[in-house]
Amino acid sequence: MPEEYAKPLPVPDEESQPFFDAAREGRLLIMRCKSCGAYRYPSRDRCDVCWSTETAWVQASGRGTVYTFGIMHQLYHPGFKEEIPYNVAVVELEEGPRTYTNLVGIPNDQIRVGMPVEVVFEKLTDEITIPKFKPAS
Amino acid sequence: MATNGLTMRGRAAIAGLGITEMGRIYGHDASWFAGEAIRLAVEDAGLTKDDIDGLLINAGITNGLTLALQTYLGLQKLRLLCQMNAAGSTAAQMVQYAAFAVTHGLANYVVCVFADAPLQQNRSAGAAYGGQRRPAGMASLTSAYGLFGANASYALAARRHMALYGTTHDQLGQIAVSTRLWATMNPRAQMREPITLEDYHASRWIMEPLHLLDCCLVSNGGVAVIVTTAERARDLKQPPVYIWGMGQGHHAPAVRAGWEPETHTAATIAKEAAFRMAGIELSDIDVLELYDCYTYTVLVTLEDYGFCKKGEGGPFVADGKLGPGGSLPTNTGGGQLSSYYMWGMTPISEAVIQARGQGGERQVPKHDFVLVSGNGGILNYHGTLILGPNPA
Repeated sequence: MPEEYAKPLPVPDEESQPFFDAAREGRLLIMRCKSCGAYRYPSRDRCDVCWSTETAWVQASGRGTVYTFGIMHQLYHPGFKEEIPYNVAVVELEEGPRTYTNLVGIPNDQIRVGMPVEVVFEKLTDEITIPKFKPAS
Repeated sequence: MATNGLTMRGRAAIAGLGITEMGRIYGHDASWFAGEAIRLAVEDAGLTKDDIDGLLINAGITNGLTLALQTYLGLQKLRLLCQMNAAGSTAAQMVQYAAFAVTHGLANYVVCVFADAPLQQNRSAGAAYGGQRRPAGMASLTSAYGLFGANASYALAARRHMALYGTTHDQLGQIAVSTRLWATMNPRAQMREPITLEDYHASRWIMEPLHLLDCCLVSNGGVAVIVTTAERARDLKQPPVYIWGMGQGHHAPAVRAGWEPETHTAATIAKEAAFRMAGIELSDIDVLELYDCYTYTVLVTLEDYGFCKKGEGGPFVADGKLGPGGSLPTNTGGGQLSSYYMWGMTPISEAVIQARGQGGERQVPKHDFVLVSGNGGILNYHGTLILGPNPA
């Protein structure tokens, strides 16, 4: 029997299901307003720029830069016990939207604001894969 | 009719202040603390229960206060009642709405109250603000990444400032040191032992770049103030604290490029209205009571009011000018970092004490104008008050 995933597992809803479906296939989707073209992330049912509800999922380049980051030393959830201290970062995607994430493939003490990163995908369960970011190659 | 705010200058006043015991006070819920704070505020003002005809309520992290507070206190004939929420900027905003209400005849004596009891025996203070919400959809990604609680979000904000402007831990630490010095003179303060920069650096990491001593306390307690007209306030027991200026500013979170509320707060908006209404300049401010949920909050707030240029907050505070004897007395009761964490009521309560000249050992000699700033969300919501003992 496979070991149960110990950290909080994302729960897709109807609106975000296409995002999680694409992530399972290794593609990063973000929303784009059909009316004004503004990108947004995470998903929302209305454009915060022009208020249009006409929207489409589009594939992001997966490239971005580290907007800010921190190293978490406090344990809020038992699933993170083995990882403390771990990083949490905000990545600004090339298209503009910002997303919380974890950076992988780099020691915490080498992370810098502004460094270029690219998306990678981490499979958590058969259903759930989430995007993370690593230093750009 | 032109309404540039000038018609409100000095028209309302804070006439009563009630502060309960603070900190690890167990066995009472938020309603009890609210009731105690209100009882003390009414007594402080020289009023009676029957005088109170307005009640504005701000619940804390446990949502321990509701409209049922009215029933609990038997306030049977209120003319104004609302539970308000703009996070940490609520308290300043309640005073603002109360000021408009009393000057326009909706009520005569409006109580504004905050109370909370997040601390439990045998549980860490950090657990009280852990924030383990479990939303669905893409919002549920944040906990998958291990982002929990306000500490983490403020750490991300502080890091951005440090990266952009070269702000250092020594500079943030100096805010903690200066604030603690004030707390040593406040009998109500939860933390009264002086600290050094060395202590600051030695305090454990919460989320880098924030040390424990960058973070505010968690408190059980309550604070209430009573707002009335300037005329009525002059007939009451305490010296009136006039509301010279008021303002608000609110920035939505930083969802995309070109937008940085973490380093550029809406205090820039709130201050415009407040200083225009008061008809004074920044240099007229004698005492600052700034929301200091984190050391960084003070630093960025100072910048956004214009006490120094954007990005220069670090060098600005490094000489200890915020502390006792400094040129910019700030958070003179020890703030949220060292006295008690009553959200926006922490700065308001100390501002009332200073404006009245009742600060005892820590009283700032010149206190004609006291600036109060409330901050909520992750530096998203901002409320400003300019208070003073002199009639406008």
